[in-house]
Amino acid sequence: MPDDSPAPQRHARARPWLLLLSVFAIATCGLVYELIAGTLASYLLGDSVTQFSTIIGVYLFAMGVGSWLSRFINGNLIAFFIRVEFLIALIGGCSAAVLFLVFGWAVSFRIPLYGIVFVIGTLVGMEIPILLRILEGRFAFKDLVSNVFSFDYVGALLASLLFPLVLVPHLGLVRSAFLFGLINAGVGILALVVLKDELKNARGLWFTGCATTAFLILGMAQGDAVTRWGEYAAFSDPVIYSKSTPYQRIVITRNRDDLRLYLNSNLQFSSRDEYRYHEALVHPGLSRLRDARRVLILGGGDGLAAREALRYPHVESITLVDLDPEMTRLFSDQEMLRTQNGGALTSPRVQVENADAFTWLATPREPFDFVIIDFPDPSNFSLGKLYSTSFYQRLARTMSPSAALVVQSTSPYVARKSFWCVDATLRSCGFETRPYHALVPSFGEWGFILAFKQTPATKPELPDGLRFVNAEVIDQMFRFPPDMARVETDINRLNNQALVRYFDEEWAEYLH
Amino acid sequence: MNRRRFLQATATTPALLLGSCGAQKIPGGIVGGAHRIGHQLRGGTTFPSPSRTVKADVLILGGGIAGLAAAHQLSKKQITDFLLLDLEAQTGGNSLGGSNAISAYPWGAHYVPLPGPDCHEVRELFEEFGLITGHDAAGRPVYDEFTLCADPHERLFIHGQWEEGIAPIAGLTIDEQRQFREFHEEMHRMSELRGNDGKPAFTLPVDRSTRDPAILALDHLRMSEWMKSKNWTCAPLRWQVDYSCRDDFGGSIDEISAWAGIHYFASRRPDAANADHDTVLTWPEGNAWLANRLAQSATGRIRTETLVTRVTTESSGVQVDALDTRTGESTRYNCRAVVCAMPRFILQRIVSSLQPLQEAPVYSPWVVANLTLDELPPSPGELPAWDSVVYGGRSLGYVNATHQSLHPAPRETVITHYEALCDSPPAQLREWMLPQTHDQWCRRIFNALAAPHPDLAAHVQNIDVWLWGHGMIRPTPGFMWGPTRAAMQAHQPPVFFAHSDMSGISLFEEAFTRGAHAADGVIRFLS
Repeated sequence: MPDDSPAPQRHARARPWLLLLSVFAIATCGLVYELIAGTLASYLLGDSVTQFSTIIGVYLFAMGVGSWLSRFINGNLIAFFIRVEFLIALIGGCSAAVLFLVFGWAVSFRIPLYGIVFVIGTLVGMEIPILLRILEGRFAFKDLVSNVFSFDYVGALLASLLFPLVLVPHLGLVRSAFLFGLINAGVGILALVVLKDELKNARGLWFTGCATTAFLILGMAQGDAVTRWGEYAAFSDPVIYSKSTPYQRIVITRNRDDLRLYLNSNLQFSSRDEYRYHEALVHPGLSRLRDARRVLILGGGDGLAAREALRYPHVESITLVDLDPEMTRLFSDQEMLRTQNGGALTSPRVQVENADAFTWLATPREPFDFVIIDFPDPSNFSLGKLYSTSFYQRLARTMSPSAALVVQSTSPYVARKSFWCVDATLRSCGFETRPYHALVPSFGEWGFILAFKQTPATKPELPDGLRFVNAEVIDQMFRFPPDMARVETDINRLNNQALVRYFDEEWAEYLH
Repeated sequence: MNRRRFLQATATTPALLLGSCGAQKIPGGIVGGAHRIGHQLRGGTTFPSPSRTVKADVLILGGGIAGLAAAHQLSKKQITDFLLLDLEAQTGGNSLGGSNAISAYPWGAHYVPLPGPDCHEVRELFEEFGLITGHDAAGRPVYDEFTLCADPHERLFIHGQWEEGIAPIAGLTIDEQRQFREFHEEMHRMSELRGNDGKPAFTLPVDRSTRDPAILALDHLRMSEWMKSKNWTCAPLRWQVDYSCRDDFGGSIDEISAWAGIHYFASRRPDAANADHDTVLTWPEGNAWLANRLAQSATGRIRTETLVTRVTTESSGVQVDALDTRTGESTRYNCRAVVCAMPRFILQRIVSSLQPLQEAPVYSPWVVANLTLDELPPSPGELPAWDSVVYGGRSLGYVNATHQSLHPAPRETVITHYEALCDSPPAQLREWMLPQTHDQWCRRIFNALAAPHPDLAAHVQNIDVWLWGHGMIRPTPGFMWGPTRAAMQAHQPPVFFAHSDMSGISLFEEAFTRGAHAADGVIRFLS
């Protein structure tokens, strides 16, 4: 020990063993941070093979840099070691929380990601060389190397088992990181206690240790709130309302006059151009059914399709079936949202039912003349069922002989097969279809399918006050340019979920 | 995850890692104890002499699919003077089901593959039950899509995550891929193959397959020996074939005949207008749906919790003595004909006219458990499917009873966990399984599912376990086409036989066809 006063004899046995045990803790923590960064990157960026492999690469490289840098450390090694522990505790402990938070804000998420991984890796890389130097002379060299590396590798095993089996399922990433930060801080404090005789000025270190620990405990307690901020940051505009219902997460954002509704983070409408979407959804079909008295809306809990259907005086009743009572309550009661749908949901002509459409249709009902289907895109198997042959066959039984239906059918530009799969599915159920599309700037090029039991002879007769749709525009809507033209697809059935598979594939490719 | 669940999880997980459920007792129990009553037939018990006599034209003994099919066929042919006796509290046999507040669930057989053209009896039944709703222009059946297994069908937990489908695909070496390809090509060839009599090499019902000795010779090999002879020895392929054999026959590839093993892959040639050929029909309660529909044709004619103690042929007809296990009273039934729709190992003890078989048929023991969950815990990889299997595991995985449900939000469910006990002599396994406690079974299931669901215990509300000591007939080498099965098929009018053990494989198609045909035999005999 060239740069330290010799340790008093009576402690000589207990201390080195405690330090060796801390190698075990250090190794566990080190690997856990690496796993957290890898998992988080896979979660936020996708492509887990690339994420894990680059994270592991950067981390190991950084450890090499740290080991190399350790040669420049002189002076009181123990004090330095303790400082490194507290630094790792702080940076590693907060790593998951910080990465979650910056995801919504950072221009390139990879810069903070690899930055943090590199800093942690460098610090972790310093730990073992410095510990070896501290322990030098307290063990025979062969024992020292053997012991340190055994603890190091065994600790790695513990981490790799704990991480998938206990930490991720029960604590989550953010709180796991804080927990292991606390363990690093604990190692630092242990060294402070055990080696106090070899430290000249321990007060500053004690203060840092306690502050770090307190901060991490606080982080651990608030871990859940952190993930919630992260979600908020993922929206471009300030979130003015958010609620998790048993069915979905409803988020409403507002930026000046632009009100946006997100369900499970998918944009449902922007108040700037929703009139384009809803006029296109309702009028090309309903304007041709002059005798339509009874209208059924499936989904569409925002009441915006109902608002359009209410423009027709011959429509006597509208039944709106939406799964989520929270949605229809919100759009019936909330002043700002009521303005948006013109109070459609509280109109005496509108009757709201909160039920699953598939189950609701099982009960025989008085037939409807026009059906508007405004479900979310078929992005999961539950939603895919609502676009299946079985669903349309059930629906056809509650439609009058001259009735028509219209389905919002995702983007024929982005998801061409998905769009034409809905068309093929409707045709296989005996409907005559008229697919069309419209440009909704916040969505892009959007598709709809109008389906008749028998083609109505009448020409469209549009109500007053429309901002987007007129007879000429309707004519154009039914023309498809070659890049959105019909393609052959499977029929979507409960037993193949062909649509969900097309949809997944096409949108993943588009967003990639 | 809410606070309560977190506390539960942290309380149980360390214990799980140590291989114990901890002190907390999991609600539920071992259900279906009728085998204990059945054991009275082993001898030593004197049954009370009949205190009353009942007359009926036909008596059906056993209310599994074969017995119910016989009842259904008799009713269809306007024969209504029959009674059906069953030992359990409900009919259904291996196709029994149960239910709780969350879902109906199976206790045994839980699906039927789409029947091929050789299964015309089953196809007719499916038309009658509305499962086949019509035919397309090419004459292919159109199936009820609510009954076709909803997508996604299967997933396999391998390399730390769920993958779609049951075949281990990811991470195969070039050589392993070759073995899989060759195996499937061979199975395809076998499914097209016909014997020297022009009949298909492998079909359902099995007795409609060819008797070409060149093909029947496969019955003398073990499945593992046959695969070895083809150099298909890689672990992933062996696992998949072994899994299939345990799933359908309750025996490993070392225990079942190559003919039966190939039959699993090469016997199904269904055609359907609206489904892939490997789709199956399924219901939340499994094949209990079919059993209950069949039982409707015997309404008022079913006597449950009844132990048949003796079947004697007299010059005037057949005498059947049976014990009402609730009252302890015996009844003598005098009838003109009997359909014995029970497994042979029981018939051997109660039918006086039966000669001992050269070799006793082998029955595989099964353990089926229904787990009620507050939710199916999330797990990496593919989303929940109907059937979830853990690669390399001892158990056969689980099916999700709410998979066919149209309910839009994730919620409570019931999963049915299956394990066929093999790799030791079945009699020894039965000895072993009887004294096991409910807690031991729960631990066994948690261990089997620990890889994908380490936190399963925290989601369990109830576990019920059903022990099937003689779960199903096992097609051991030489059984399918040997003298024992041939002897089991011989009817002894007025006593007729119908059970899937006569087919050597325990499938709905076999049991149903045998039941319907036995009823036809009875009708011919009576007229």
